[in-house]
Amino acid sequence: MANKSVLGLFIDENEAGDALSSLRKAKYQDNEFEVMTGTPYPHGTFGEAHPKLRLHRFPIFGAVIGFTVALIITVGTQLAYPLVTGGKPVLSIPPMLVIFYEMTLLFSVIVTVFGALFESRLPKIFMGAYDERIMTEGYIGVVVTVPIDRISKAEEILKKSGAESTKRGWEEERILKKSGAKSTKRG
Amino acid sequence: MQEHQQLSDSEITEDLTAPVIRSARWFWSFVGSLGFIMLVGISGYIYELYSGLGVTGVQRPVYWGAYITNFVFWIGISHAGIMVSAILRLTQAEWKRPITRAAEVLTLFSLIAALSNILFHVGRPWRIYWITPLPPIFIGFDFARGIWPNVRSPFVWDPVAVGTYLLSTILFVYTCLIPDIALVRDKVKSGPAKIVYSILALGFRGTPRQWKVQATAPILLSALVLPIFVSVHSIVSWDFAVSIAVEGWHSTIFAPYFIIGAIHSGVSGVVTLMAGLLWLYKLDKYIKPDHFDAIGRLLVVVATIWFFALFLEWIYALYPLEDPEIALRNMQVSQPPWSYLFIVFLLTGFFIPVSAWLFKSVRRNPMWMFFTTILVNIGMWLERFLIIVPGLSRRTELSFNWGSYAPSLVEIGLVAFTFAFVICGIIVFARIFPLIPPFDIKEGMRFRHVIKIGKKNISAVVRE
Repeated sequence: MANKSVLGLFIDENEAGDALSSLRKAKYQDNEFEVMTGTPYPHGTFGEAHPKLRLHRFPIFGAVIGFTVALIITVGTQLAYPLVTGGKPVLSIPPMLVIFYEMTLLFSVIVTVFGALFESRLPKIFMGAYDERIMTEGYIGVVVTVPIDRISKAEEILKKSGAESTKRGWEEERILKKSGAKSTKRG
Repeated sequence: MQEHQQLSDSEITEDLTAPVIRSARWFWSFVGSLGFIMLVGISGYIYELYSGLGVTGVQRPVYWGAYITNFVFWIGISHAGIMVSAILRLTQAEWKRPITRAAEVLTLFSLIAALSNILFHVGRPWRIYWITPLPPIFIGFDFARGIWPNVRSPFVWDPVAVGTYLLSTILFVYTCLIPDIALVRDKVKSGPAKIVYSILALGFRGTPRQWKVQATAPILLSALVLPIFVSVHSIVSWDFAVSIAVEGWHSTIFAPYFIIGAIHSGVSGVVTLMAGLLWLYKLDKYIKPDHFDAIGRLLVVVATIWFFALFLEWIYALYPLEDPEIALRNMQVSQPPWSYLFIVFLLTGFFIPVSAWLFKSVRRNPMWMFFTTILVNIGMWLERFLIIVPGLSRRTELSFNWGSYAPSLVEIGLVAFTFAFVICGIIVFARIFPLIPPFDIKEGMRFRHVIKIGKKNISAVVRE
C-alpha cells in the first residue's frame, strides 16, 4: 500500500511536542513522522529523534580526490611533455605544492557541499504534505507519512494535540481528483 | 550588544523579503545608471579588442598598469568578505547574523570583477583557456595545445588559486542560501519565479536533519575556505615577489603584507556595503550601531597590523642600501605625481580613518563609517598602484630603460566598469535573494531575551 502524508500546523512548540508524544503512544514509528520549522530549533525541542550526520567524513574524501587530481595536473602533465624551462627540473616540488594545496581544498569543498545535500536528503522532488506558512509565518509542521489506512488516525491525533489546521499531501489530492471526488485539503 | 527589538517571524519575513518581492522605486534607475557605466566600459573593451593593447597606457617597461592594480584591489576586497563571514561563523559571534550574507556576496562579485581584469589585460583573451590543463583532444583545432601549462609559473598558480576561491565561494553562498530560497519560494505566490525558486530550493522543508546540516556545513566550509583565503592573496603577492628582477617586489614579507592589506580593504568594503544597504533598504531594525561599533574596533586592529607590515616592508627594502631600491623609494615619496599619490595613500589608507575610528561616536555612526571606509579603499587602490607602476618604471643605472605610465581613457572606463559591476551585482542579487538571512535573524530573535539586573534591563543571548 502506498504511503500518504498528513500535516498538522502548530503555533506552539509544546503542542507540537505533545503531538509527537501522542503519535509515539499510538504506535507510530519515529521514521513515520517529522517536524518542519522555518528556523532552526535546539535539538530535541519537540522530542524528535536526534538526526545522525556523517558530514565530517566528506571533506576527507574530497581531499583524497583533490590530491589525486593535483597529482595528475602536476606530475602527470609535466611527464607527458617533459619540457625543461629555465634549466629547472621538470618536476619541481615547491611550485607543485601550490597546486596540491589548492586542489585538495577545492575538492574538499565540492565534496562537502555534495555531502551536505546528501545528508539533508536533498534534492527532494516530492515534498509530501507541506504548508508555506511553516517558512513564512513561523508555524511548526508535524508531517506523518504512513499507509493510507492509518492516515485518518494520525490526522485525528494531530488535531487533538492542538493543530491549528491539518492538510493532506498532494498525492492524495491527485488520486481524488482522478476519481472525481472532492479534495480533502483542509489547510 | 545592548540594543534589542523583538520581532515576530512574520515581520522578519515581510521586512527581509520585501526587496525580493517587489522592486524599490530607485531600483531600475539605479541599475540603469550602473548599466550605462558598464556599457561605456564594455565599449572601451571592444575598442581595445579591435585595436590591441596599444590603446592602453602600458608601454615598455611598464607593462602592468591599471588593470593589474584593479585585479589586486578586487582580490583584496573579495578576501574580507569571506573572512569576516568564516571567522564570525567559526567563533559563533552573535552579531554575525545580519552581516555574513552581504560579506559573502561581496566576495563573489569582487572575484568576478578581479578575474575580468585579467581578460582586459591579456593581449589575446580568446586564448585564456591555455592556462587550463585541458587535454588536446578537447580542442583539437588548436595546434599549439600539445603543451601543458607550466606549473612552475606563478601565472598558473594564480588562476588555480583564484578559480578555487571563486568556486568555493559560489558553493558556500549557495549552501547557506538554500533555507532562504525556500522561504522566497513559499512567499512567491505563483508564476515562473515560483518554479525557479522551487528548483533552486531543492525541496527544502526545514526538518531537524536539514537544519542540523545548515548548522554544521557552513562551519565546515568556513574551516575549508579560510585556508583558501590565506593562500589566494599569498599567491597573488608571489606574482610580484618571486620575480627577482624588479625592485620593490622581491620581498619575503609580501604574502602576509598582502593578506593583511586585503583584510583591511575588504573589511572596510563590508562596512561600506552594510551602510549602503542600511540606507537603501531601511534595515535599521537589523543592522544596528552596535554592528558598526564591533566591526569598527576590528578595523582599528587590522589597520594597525597592516601599517606595521607596511613599515616593515620599507625597512627591509631600505636596509641593504642598494641603489636601485633607494631610487625607487625616493621616486615614490619625493617625485610628483607619485609623491602626491603616496601622501593621499597614507592619509586615506590609515591616518584619517584610524584616527576617526578611535571615537565611539564615529564607529556607531553609519554615515561616518561609510565615508571613512571608502577612504580606506581609495588608499588601498593607490597602495597597489604605487607598488606596481613605480616598481616597473625601472629607476636603474641604465637611464635609457626608464619608463612611466598614465592610464588611458579605455583603462579608466574599464576600472569604472568593475566598480559598477560589483555594485550592480549586489543590488541585483538583493532583488533575487534576501541579502540578510531571515532564518538566521529569526533564530537569533528566538534566543534573545531581556533580563532584569537590578534596575537595568539587559539584552541577553541564550545559547545551547
